[in-house]
Amino acid sequence: MVCGGPPYDDSTREGITVKYMLLINAGASAQDDDACTVEDWMAYDQAVREAGVWVSGESLADLVTATTVRVSKDGKRSVTDGPYAETREVLGGFYVIDVPDLDVALDWAARCPGARGGGSVVVRPVADFGA
Amino acid sequence: MREIEAVFREERGRLLAALVRRFGDLDLAEEVTSDAVEAALKHWPVEGVPPKPGAWLMTTARRKAVDRLRRDRALAARLAILQVEAERTAYAPPADAHDDLRDLPDERLRLFFTCAHPALPAEDRGALMLRCLAGLSTPEVARAYLVPVETMAKRIVRAKKKIREARIPFRVPGADELPERLPGVLQAIYSIFTEGYAASSGPALQRPDLAEEAIRLARILRRLLPAEREVAGLLALSLLVHARRDARTGPGGEPVLLDEQDRGRWDRTMIEEGAALVVVALSGGPPGVYGVQAAIAALHDEAADLATTDWPQVVALYDVLLALDPSPVVALNRAAAVAMRDGPEAGLALLEELAGEARLRGYHPYLAARADLLHRLGRRSEAAAAYRAALEAAGSEPERAHLRRRLAAAEEGR
Repeated sequence: MVCGGPPYDDSTREGITVKYMLLINAGASAQDDDACTVEDWMAYDQAVREAGVWVSGESLADLVTATTVRVSKDGKRSVTDGPYAETREVLGGFYVIDVPDLDVALDWAARCPGARGGGSVVVRPVADFGA
Repeated sequence: MREIEAVFREERGRLLAALVRRFGDLDLAEEVTSDAVEAALKHWPVEGVPPKPGAWLMTTARRKAVDRLRRDRALAARLAILQVEAERTAYAPPADAHDDLRDLPDERLRLFFTCAHPALPAEDRGALMLRCLAGLSTPEVARAYLVPVETMAKRIVRAKKKIREARIPFRVPGADELPERLPGVLQAIYSIFTEGYAASSGPALQRPDLAEEAIRLARILRRLLPAEREVAGLLALSLLVHARRDARTGPGGEPVLLDEQDRGRWDRTMIEEGAALVVVALSGGPPGVYGVQAAIAALHDEAADLATTDWPQVVALYDVLLALDPSPVVALNRAAAVAMRDGPEAGLALLEELAGEARLRGYHPYLAARADLLHRLGRRSEAAAAYRAALEAAGSEPERAHLRRRLAAAEEGR
């Protein structure tokens, strides 16, 4: 079997990391057997912090508390209740992690309890406008 | 000169992969690969091929990269680490350098996994492989897929942007990840092959060049992963199917079905190579989908005609395949084999069971197979109606012409 050896042995990439945001969409089927517990989340949070990849992360309050603001061309502010959940999945929280590449980010996303029970995690690199 | 160009066609992917490994950036590596190849085409015919051509190209490419980074500070900052890299001493090849670019370390396996990364759109993975590993230019890739050059250029640029900005790594997955990732690589190569084998649209039924590119990629992958039996299976399947290329179409480009093909025009050398690989693919572990499909293809290739084909064995292999890949398309092929073993009535009964499958709705091979069995059973008006339904769904013009002839035969009661 030919293997790549340790995954991050690429000397040209040494030390370079990228920030990724993991957008955690809660599944509609929270009652599933597959649904995750508070303990699952605590264990995951601890793992992210102990691995030294944690940058930030929050979980969001229930969607019914959300308020949307728009400002029109003439500067008029419009404030509305919502949005309401039109799709099955609702943004429930996020993590920002700092890791070497997408494969590592995808591994953290797959370990996230929010990826189970009908939920999903969207992985997006944070834009880098140059240091 | 032409010889040197041929070397580059074959080895360009190897040079590119080595440079991607060195610089960690696909765009920069592609740019300096072109520069280095251009320089070689200028110098080698005059000065002779250097004793270590790979090392020569790497040194030239590295020099071009340093120039490029001097001109582009933003890129240099992004790839800051390269400055150090570029100042290292000349590239030292392994001692066994002998021909072509074999003096370069082979880093192509990383590139295979990057091109077939699950984070990239499935339809772009084959195109990226043709571009990065088969050494095709973007216009050539566009021609292969029958799309405008501009469309293909946009797709490749978008895929490369994702590789760069989402930082899809250039790495071979570890042993624990390989079972999950290798099928994606095989699928990408197979999609190139099937596009060449039965063009999904357009005037020609087969595009043998594309099938040959897929075989070339499968050969490279086989050398890189000699222990992976499904890689052997994919190469075997491709060879065993491609061996029939000359007999698959008539003089007018129309498809010739298996039972009407001139088996004397099948490529015996290719069949022998494929059959030997089937043994490799099916030995030493549980069978995989490519190995089993290759075994089925080998049974057809080794039979003198349709009647003496080992249909019980073909059906048995389809049973295995169906267990590995329980898809309606496999069930359709199994039904066609059962029709050969047990008669058209038995096959038709199985096809009728599949009538409700969403994936077979409007799928012309299903409609055509049903029409053929009805025709064989002498149910003429039903057969004619079924051929008409198949005609409505068929893609390429030669396939449509074939169905029109069958329809005419059914209507005339031949």
